[in-house]
Amino acid sequence: MIEVENLSKRYGRTLAVDRLSFTVRPGRVTGFLGPNGAGKSSTMRMILDLDAPTSGRIRVNGGRYRDLRDPLRHVGSLLEAGSVHGGRRARDHLRWLARAGRIPESRVREVIELVGLQSVAGKRAKGFSLGMGQRLGIAAALLGDPGILVLDEPVNGLDPEGVRWIRGLMKSLAAEGRTVFVSSHLMSEMALTADHLVVIGRGRVLADLGMTEFIERNSRSHVRIRTPEPERMRDVLTAAGARVRQADDGFLEAFETDAARVGDLAAANGLTVHEVSTWSASLEEAFMRLTAEATEHRAGAER
Amino acid sequence: MNRTSLAASLAAVSHAEWIKMRTVRSTVWALLLTPLVSVGLGWLVARGLRSGFENGTAEWRGSFDPVHWGFYSLTLGQLAIVVFGVLLVGGEYGSGTIRASLAVVPRRGALYWAKVLAGTSAAFACALVTAFVTFFVAQAAFGPYGVSLGAGGALRATVGACLYLTLMCAFAIGVAAMLRSSAAALGILMPLLFLGSQGLGNVPKVKVVLQYLPDQAGFVITQVIPPDDPRFARDYGPWGGLAVLVAWVVVALIGGYLVLRRRDA
Repeated sequence: MIEVENLSKRYGRTLAVDRLSFTVRPGRVTGFLGPNGAGKSSTMRMILDLDAPTSGRIRVNGGRYRDLRDPLRHVGSLLEAGSVHGGRRARDHLRWLARAGRIPESRVREVIELVGLQSVAGKRAKGFSLGMGQRLGIAAALLGDPGILVLDEPVNGLDPEGVRWIRGLMKSLAAEGRTVFVSSHLMSEMALTADHLVVIGRGRVLADLGMTEFIERNSRSHVRIRTPEPERMRDVLTAAGARVRQADDGFLEAFETDAARVGDLAAANGLTVHEVSTWSASLEEAFMRLTAEATEHRAGAER
Repeated sequence: MNRTSLAASLAAVSHAEWIKMRTVRSTVWALLLTPLVSVGLGWLVARGLRSGFENGTAEWRGSFDPVHWGFYSLTLGQLAIVVFGVLLVGGEYGSGTIRASLAVVPRRGALYWAKVLAGTSAAFACALVTAFVTFFVAQAAFGPYGVSLGAGGALRATVGACLYLTLMCAFAIGVAAMLRSSAAALGILMPLLFLGSQGLGNVPKVKVVLQYLPDQAGFVITQVIPPDDPRFARDYGPWGGLAVLVAWVVVALIGGYLVLRRRDA
């Protein structure tokens, strides 16, 4: 479990992370979604105690990361910027990690097989493709058989087969009861792997909800209704089998129905309606909409 | 963390550092080049001086210090061991390995001092071989003008040369840790070390300050016959000079520690 509480990080004049609070729970894949520069990598580095927060705090399994005994056995991490010396052989990279983390050397062979790097384990990392580098990074993350995985953009550079493999891996790790925290800037990727979503933009949490809920709210088409009689409208629609919720901007949002049916029901019940429209959005659009405002703010601030 | 587990984790981390330094070609080569350059060049320098000796004046012969000149090649050999020290730390930053290192060993002091321990231990072993082999090879090349290890001050100078190289490597580790980059550290250390070979330390006015530079001070440990030329004289003796170098090393290592402790990785 990772608990992030009121976390802020300032680099010079830039506020990269702005009062972030969320919890990453075990047994599911939590997607950490946001456009590039939203503060995902900074947050992940702070979870690993690589960067010091300007304010706020993070608890990993109830304590500070630096107080974990043999941290590799608790948290496995893959960082976006890469952390392998190109002049070192893949196997040697895992060997020093194992030694420093007090993990039996036999585990090195296991993870090499697990990620399918047997054929290049004796090669120096600078000759690796992006995909092989990612596999090596994942091997390093799995070395300590940790209960928590922090993966920064793990599908980057992987071929389609590799992408499928990592999706399956993350799901099975979560199914084993582990905490899997994975960042991405692609909604489509998250939709396929994540059970829970934390969306951030401009360093702030924009949404923190279950994937199913996110899809329900955002992807399906629904009817948006503006009416001076929302209570009656809600009753009428609900009685007709639709699911209705009040949107933040005062509109009613009706699901499992369509605009024609809403119009018919309004007429039959003598309800005044000012606007009825159909909304359909893809998840990608939903994500863009969610982050657009944050991005606009930043563009404005930089000018 | 109690003392036993701290010791165990320090041992594990030092061992990991040892694996790191011998699994990258550049650090291995830098360490191997130290004795190769020192011994090879030591032999050449001694051969050259021997012929000068045969034609030199009696006065020149009297003030000639075969031990010191036998170690003269260390001024170039030290570049390799300094590069080793720099790469040990700078390579971590250049490649991003520092993030992996800190993720495994989040206690920065433990990581840092384990690295210093492993690096200087390897440097010491390398320096020990370099100092003694250079001494024997150079003195042999001097022929009849060479001295034995039993000659006055020769053992002190040889052990001193070993300490000198080890300390220069430790200094390089500290500087690289402060600057967090191989290029930046070499950009400072290489010109610094060439000042000595350019003889700037012997120019009267700048000497007052330059004689306290780490290499200028430390290398005096290899002198057996104090130079009678005032240009080469120092305000301190051989051990005093080594103490000056130790002071530089302590400052650099603490500086490196503070930087690693405070900065984001």
